[in-house]
Amino acid sequence: MSKIKRGVSLYSYQEEFYLRKLSLEQCVAVSAAMGAYGIETLAEQMMPGYPKLSDAFYEQWHEWMRLYGVTPTCHDAFLDTKKYKHRLLSLDEQVAEVTRDIKHAARLGAKCVRMLVICSPELMERCAPIAADHGIWLGVEVHSPWYIDHEWIQKHLEVAYRVGTDKLGLVPDMGIFVERFPRVIYERFLRNGAHENLVRMIVERYDRHEGLHSLPEEVEKSGGNAEDIGLARTVGHFVSSDPRKLRDVIGAVRHIHGKFYEMTEDGREFSIPYDAIVPTLAEAGYDGYISSEYEGNRHLQDAFPVDSVEQVRRHQHMLSKLIGEQP
Amino acid sequence: MFDKYVIGENGFRNVAEGGKIIGFQLEVRIAYYRGLGLSMIEGFDVTVDGRQFPREENLFTVRGRTFTYKQMETEYNERWEMGEVAQLTVPLAGGLTHGPHEVSVVEILRVSYVPVLTTGKDKKTLTLQGEG
Repeated sequence: MSKIKRGVSLYSYQEEFYLRKLSLEQCVAVSAAMGAYGIETLAEQMMPGYPKLSDAFYEQWHEWMRLYGVTPTCHDAFLDTKKYKHRLLSLDEQVAEVTRDIKHAARLGAKCVRMLVICSPELMERCAPIAADHGIWLGVEVHSPWYIDHEWIQKHLEVAYRVGTDKLGLVPDMGIFVERFPRVIYERFLRNGAHENLVRMIVERYDRHEGLHSLPEEVEKSGGNAEDIGLARTVGHFVSSDPRKLRDVIGAVRHIHGKFYEMTEDGREFSIPYDAIVPTLAEAGYDGYISSEYEGNRHLQDAFPVDSVEQVRRHQHMLSKLIGEQP
Repeated sequence: MFDKYVIGENGFRNVAEGGKIIGFQLEVRIAYYRGLGLSMIEGFDVTVDGRQFPREENLFTVRGRTFTYKQMETEYNERWEMGEVAQLTVPLAGGLTHGPHEVSVVEILRVSYVPVLTTGKDKKTLTLQGEG
């Protein structure tokens, strides 16, 4: 059995939280009940009033952690560089915002802050000592359309290796390993009026991972409508890296986003090869969390009821098998 | 994302001030998976039965505090949280008539990591409530 730990990003339950069907406490409780004992949070999603949270809130938070037997893993920071309409935040202002996030993560009891991929290597370097002072590690999310070998990510890695991977690193999002195009996404385009033959052509092309650049133009020439062209553009934002790429950077990885779009009834992710990813991580000696991050709701909600809890449960079940917790 | 939840099913009514109906109100929610500071809410284009109402004249009310379009642009403290119901007041002398109306809302958000403005679009048939 590997030392990989299972967690959930509460991002997964955004549909239920939005509709007030699950509270923050209930999101924690359902995760614990699945044996997902690492809890990742988005303060700007489920902690109303952030960044001005009361002492009582943090006390309540720790009470829940004890009650449900769970551990805070990661705080997902955002960075509102466009807070002001006519100018971007300066680097000093960005540092101030991140400092606020670091302090929040420390108060939650988390060890990690997920930084958006738009954050610059300069910002990371400026924030590293502040994070270290608070016992926090900062990880840049490697999120599609970026990927591990991308120049931008490599710049971040250079900084992390220079400053120390105990302070900085990467949070790979498993959405960089989309081997087959997600069914929940192309089915929505079909519902919106995309042509079946063109959708099939686009998806086959994605699944062969070739010629995606020229696809929108080709689809337009073939008489595609706005939905067809929209899908042709959308596939271009997806990434299908080789999961073995993770081995190259594992020393700089302390947290992982287990992105998924659709867990099928037989317990597989439709588009992302977790059966290749998890063994690769285990062999590389990764001992951090894989945090389930469900992102199918937005592609279903127009036509179907969303059951994020069931989706996360299936994802957790799959992870527990791949980790070797069960035969 | 969350487009279909942008317009609330309740709270569609005329608004009176000083004994006169000065406009109508509807409920809105954010078309995004997190809350935003009000300076990043770029406005709402409301259309009722084909008639468009300019976003600059709308009033936005969240947790009982009301902001004009201009005030929102420089409001750096107050936030609109994810899933939180806010009220949009649209000036219209005499208000709307009783009965059903085709209401559409385009909500415009300025999200830092998205290169373009984010829009949430919803359209619902709402029935005017209250005495209006």
